[in-house]
Amino acid sequence: MHQTTYHRASSLSEAVKLLNDADDGKYVAGGQTLIPTMKQRLAAPSDLVDLRHIADLKGIEISGDKVKIGAAATHAEVAEDKALAKACPAISHLATHIGDPHVRHMGTIGGSIANNDPAADYPAALLALNATVHTNKREISADDFFVDLFETALEDDEIITAVSFTLPEKAGYAKFPNPASRYALTGVFVAKRADGVRAAVTGAGENGVFRADPIEQALASSFDASALDGITIPADSLMTDIHASAEYRANLVAVMAKRAVQAANG
Amino acid sequence: MGIEGIGARVVRKEDKRFITGLGRYVDDMVVPGMKHAIFVRSPYAHAAIKKIDTEAAMAMPGVIGVLTGAQLKDDGIGNLICGWMINSKDGTPMKMGAWSALATDRVRYVGEAVAVVVAETRGQARDAAEAVEIAYEEMPAVTDAVKALEKGAPQLHPEAENNLIYDWEIGEASAVDQALDGAAHVTRMKLVNNRLVPNAMEPRAALGHYDKAEDHFTLWTTSQNPHVARLVMSAFYNVAPENKLRVIAPDVGGGFGSKIYVYPEEIICLWASKRTGVPVKWVADRTESFLTDAHGRDHVTEVSLGFDRDNRIVGLKVDTIANFGGYMSLFSSAVPTYLYATLLSGQYVIPKIHCNVRAVYTNTTPVDAYRGAGRPEATYVLERVVETAARELGVSPAELRRKNFIREFPYQTPVIMNYDAGDYEASLDAAMREANYAGFPTRRDEAKKRGKLRGIGMSCYIEACGIAPSQAVGSLGAGVGLWESAEVRVNAAGTIEVLTGSHSHGQGHETTFAQVVASRFGVPLEQVSIVHGDTDKVQMGMGTYGSRSGAVGASAIVKALDKVEAKAKKIAAHLLEADESDIVIENGEAKVAGTDRTLPWFQVALAAYTAHNLPEGMEPGLKEGAFYDPTNFTFPAGCYIAEVEVDPETGHTEIVQFVAADDFGNIINPLIVEGQVHGGLAQGIGQALLEGCHYDPTSGQLVTASYMDYTMPRAGDLPSFQVSTTNTPCPGNPLGVKGCGEAGAIGSPPAIINAITDAIGNNDLSMPATPQKVWAAMKASQ
Repeated sequence: MHQTTYHRASSLSEAVKLLNDADDGKYVAGGQTLIPTMKQRLAAPSDLVDLRHIADLKGIEISGDKVKIGAAATHAEVAEDKALAKACPAISHLATHIGDPHVRHMGTIGGSIANNDPAADYPAALLALNATVHTNKREISADDFFVDLFETALEDDEIITAVSFTLPEKAGYAKFPNPASRYALTGVFVAKRADGVRAAVTGAGENGVFRADPIEQALASSFDASALDGITIPADSLMTDIHASAEYRANLVAVMAKRAVQAANG
Repeated sequence: MGIEGIGARVVRKEDKRFITGLGRYVDDMVVPGMKHAIFVRSPYAHAAIKKIDTEAAMAMPGVIGVLTGAQLKDDGIGNLICGWMINSKDGTPMKMGAWSALATDRVRYVGEAVAVVVAETRGQARDAAEAVEIAYEEMPAVTDAVKALEKGAPQLHPEAENNLIYDWEIGEASAVDQALDGAAHVTRMKLVNNRLVPNAMEPRAALGHYDKAEDHFTLWTTSQNPHVARLVMSAFYNVAPENKLRVIAPDVGGGFGSKIYVYPEEIICLWASKRTGVPVKWVADRTESFLTDAHGRDHVTEVSLGFDRDNRIVGLKVDTIANFGGYMSLFSSAVPTYLYATLLSGQYVIPKIHCNVRAVYTNTTPVDAYRGAGRPEATYVLERVVETAARELGVSPAELRRKNFIREFPYQTPVIMNYDAGDYEASLDAAMREANYAGFPTRRDEAKKRGKLRGIGMSCYIEACGIAPSQAVGSLGAGVGLWESAEVRVNAAGTIEVLTGSHSHGQGHETTFAQVVASRFGVPLEQVSIVHGDTDKVQMGMGTYGSRSGAVGASAIVKALDKVEAKAKKIAAHLLEADESDIVIENGEAKVAGTDRTLPWFQVALAAYTAHNLPEGMEPGLKEGAFYDPTNFTFPAGCYIAEVEVDPETGHTEIVQFVAADDFGNIINPLIVEGQVHGGLAQGIGQALLEGCHYDPTSGQLVTASYMDYTMPRAGDLPSFQVSTTNTPCPGNPLGVKGCGEAGAIGSPPAIINAITDAIGNNDLSMPATPQKVWAAMKASQ
């Protein structure tokens, strides 16, 4: 009744073909969300097409001020990449604090953003870094990629191949973990460039990751934590659940933004 | 003490198999022909069952049987019961609603078992379970015990009007009212003791095997008390008579109380094995553990504590509502009564105490004893109100406690308990020294410079352990006696087996009990084996809970050792041609005192079994059994001091120091005792800071039914504990031991909350003190 056939694709074209041939197939990368969901019988795909072994999806490249991370790079690979840690320590720091070692060695950046969990860490980084999501069909800006809770601009058979971004002058990430799951109860990623500051918030928004205008404006003139003193974040579009009210999350957005700026300024 | 005897820090013998993956748990057991059971459970908190259709499920691949409550009733299997009778204050017995192991006409909590599927594989059983069609008619649910008592609340059981199981009291209400009326100061509080999910590492499991040839049942089960399980299943549930039922509880991965009780699944596995003709195994998944393991705590309490002008306590009044869930679990009724209200005197002279307890049905998982069982709830009430009183009176919390300590023993409290021994000032002083209590203001100021709010809180707890004198508990309504039994079997070559009715599921009995034996005869530890957990091997037993294995279980071993030693001395005296009174046994040999005439221990044993040369008229063999029934509870006590730092921006609490000074009486193995304290503290701190069990109030769904939402304590949440002990030996048992398994979970929650409320300057804070709650409390007091 709940039989699933596992396929290991070795190329993008093979992956697409396997999915199109399947009755009710799904791509899987690290499986950190999909597999538990299947275990709970909340999902029952007929076929799983594993993307982790496609060579084109692997690797982390830095050339000049351009960074490109393969979609199948695990969180551990991102966390441990020495060149990346030097170029953009904020993203290494972020990857180091996703889940636990087991999760980090299985979960991938492509899988994380494709799932677009409203409490995942990477969406905040991509949005703040003004990153580009590369797929087997096109390039999508992070601004357009993250649509709503667990919803992205991806089409059904579209495969993320990489994410890329231009190195910012400075970047920082601070998250307040959910005490139980250790997902972000609220996480803020800030990135400063010559043309301004982008601050993206995960874990807090009713519609998933979002850019916090008041924080960006406050930091535009002075990229210093003190620029955020006394700032208030409206709670109206923030989530309320058993772990945190919208008001508490609004407070955490401001506090985490400050700490992210402090981290960015070293 | 010797390097292996009583008092030695011996590394646990059993750990080698546990840490190398060689432990053998119920799920490791395989019986030829064994099949797998999956339970069909209620998705509703409260619903009428209109129809159960098993036809489609029966036709699924691999399915051997799909069984329902109607068939269970046909076979005469009895309802689950609560085995401790409590009478309401008007004299009427508690109102127990019927609980069938498989629901027939109504379900009362999410996860209640309704049908069982037995199939060739677990996967097939799971598939078929989804094909069992049950027509429910959903009914309004109530999850909060206070609301369940209100007019118009959904009614759960026809037996219990207004969902009230009992309305019980202890002490004289009018005398306490009078004392409080005349008091110079009264501190009043409303306190909630949060519901907890036990979360043993090993989920519950059962393997039932009916042997048709012998008309005999065997049950492998995750039990803290296999003999009790056999007794209950035989005497009350009519599964099989005791002589036809063997219960084996092999290695068990943690219980914390949740594996005391007989649950529907064990009964069903045995019954289904006979019904289907195959051995039936069930292993809970983690969701089932959350939904169906008996939960703990869940009290709402109003308390008033009165003082005279000299700050001496004059009276304590407590009014508690206890949430029992959808059904009465096996020992549920005793927890908020005789394990709770009888401890409300704490470490203090309180001339008048009155406690009223209402036990209430709600559409939640049944609640029963969980590490500490009633005593953590009592300690929380008393130690929160004493600390609060000190703040209101403007005196030191330590000195207010010191002033009111009981100092003369034995001490008869107004609530049944008679404390045999203790020195509360000793543990208070030890804890204050270790914590550098006097240096706190300096540390607080230093923390303030770092932007942190530092607070200190203490808790002086007492517990009643060594459960329990049979006659006393019998007079209070217990359906069983609470003695323990042991058999010491010296083999022909001198090795020793101890068969004990205590059950180890993490306590380390294979080490501590062996130390007791090694001390007695001076034989090496490896020559002593502890046998437990099997009703066919061990004569009788009442199991392990209520910190009873040392005080009661080991005392039975000591009694059996006395008999063995007496007989061994007779044999040695005969062989050494000396007077029996001159024989001493130590260091692995029998010797004639004051001479160099000795006989190795193994030769004494061998002589007992060759029987070639025994004293005239002596039976061969060297094997003795004993039952030990305690004359009183034991009273471990201690003082815990917590120091916390709160992040004012996020409300996050870090425990920066935790000091525990416990008086457990004599100690058999300090290493194991420290481990028990550490584990208990982790659970207590989990309750205070992290573990929030949340039901949706409308649907009755358990929202926190996984680790995504239920916060278990992790190592990083805990400080490096500073633990130490003081010792007033227990006068009531031969080893002078009191028990240490529950203290950490009992004493720590109020210390933590007292510390946080001290840090933030707002006393209105409930457990678990999550960052959000602490932040909200700080905000409210600004």
